[in-house]
Amino acid sequence: MKKSRRTFLKIAGVSAIGLGTGVGVKPVLNAFASSEEHGQTKVELIKGKDALTAKRWGMVIDTRKIHSLEDLEPVFEVCNKLHNIPHHDNKNHEIKWIWEEKFEHAFPGEYKYLNDRIKHLPFPVLCNHCEDPPCCRACPTKATFKRESDGIVLMDFHRCIGCRFCMAACPFGARSFNFVDPHTVLEESDINKDFPTRMKGVVEKCNFCAERLAVGKMPACVEASNGIIAFGDLEDPESEVRKLLKSNYAIQRKSGLGTEPSVYYIV
Amino acid sequence: MNDKNMIITGLVVFILIFTFPFWYNMGKAAPVPEPKLTEKAKAAGTCVRSAEYMRAEHMQLLDVWRDTVVRDAKRVYVNENTGKSYNMSLSNTCIDCHSNKEDFCDKCHSYASVDPYCWDCHIDKSKEEK
Repeated sequence: MKKSRRTFLKIAGVSAIGLGTGVGVKPVLNAFASSEEHGQTKVELIKGKDALTAKRWGMVIDTRKIHSLEDLEPVFEVCNKLHNIPHHDNKNHEIKWIWEEKFEHAFPGEYKYLNDRIKHLPFPVLCNHCEDPPCCRACPTKATFKRESDGIVLMDFHRCIGCRFCMAACPFGARSFNFVDPHTVLEESDINKDFPTRMKGVVEKCNFCAERLAVGKMPACVEASNGIIAFGDLEDPESEVRKLLKSNYAIQRKSGLGTEPSVYYIV
Repeated sequence: MNDKNMIITGLVVFILIFTFPFWYNMGKAAPVPEPKLTEKAKAAGTCVRSAEYMRAEHMQLLDVWRDTVVRDAKRVYVNENTGKSYNMSLSNTCIDCHSNKEDFCDKCHSYASVDPYCWDCHIDKSKEEK
């Protein structure tokens, strides 16, 4: 059958009208209708009413109150327990959120005649939650980011692709990579059921207990530290941390690098 | 053209083999699974949103939840129609009611052949209750 241009246009026109009246597009229209119906439920996403807020969270560690590693062990333990941090025997696989370091490693420099107390004192070190965090600049997926509301540097494990650029960028070695599936060493009975675990192939680090701040609790290490660690808003001149900084000489790790750490050490 | 019989036999054999999966599995389609509700979920009466919404859009909802919790520090979901608020947490809120992951989540997921990786990290609290 040979079609002339005229008959072709006729058929095309009739088909277009047919489509327009809704025979063919009905499913599409239905989809619109149902999404409108869903839109009628109003929802709001808000902060919990007990949540602690600050412009920039910071920490002041009073090393004068540390006498031996025993003072710090409960601090490390509570963090490991709460955040389901696996303990690997192989040092290369170690996962660290807060741990102890010698002064000359935490604060590298020329210390020819270091005072005896400082020389043998264990320094608790953790992520510094820098004001200008190099890890966030290095991250290609924005999996690690500084939360603008309170300055905490966080990890979004859903997005982390495990490239470890952030680990290379962090001058404090505060980040650890899960080379091994943490579930291979986490005891089922030890797992804190309220906090997620991680999987093989993501980077993790201290989160300043963001999940505790959200429900009005201070970070676990602060609570367990017996007064060694103070926590508060660095931007608020009336906060506990600012008062401590005003009346005591405190140092930051590698402040010369310009990342502006939020963790201070009174020495 | 003396190969007519051979060609037709060959064609018949080919079509039979080619359509084998279709007629072999005819009438054996797995029934659409019906997720089971726990007593607690039944007692609650309503989920964070309507059942139809949850059935169709729970994955988008969970996606929004994870981004707002992780990135915006907002952890409370308020449904203004019912006036109820919920902690946006898979392990602590969803699985609290739907504590039968196998009968509630996995059934449909395996039927639809989707393999969500939530449980690689998030804890299935329903496990130790048994």
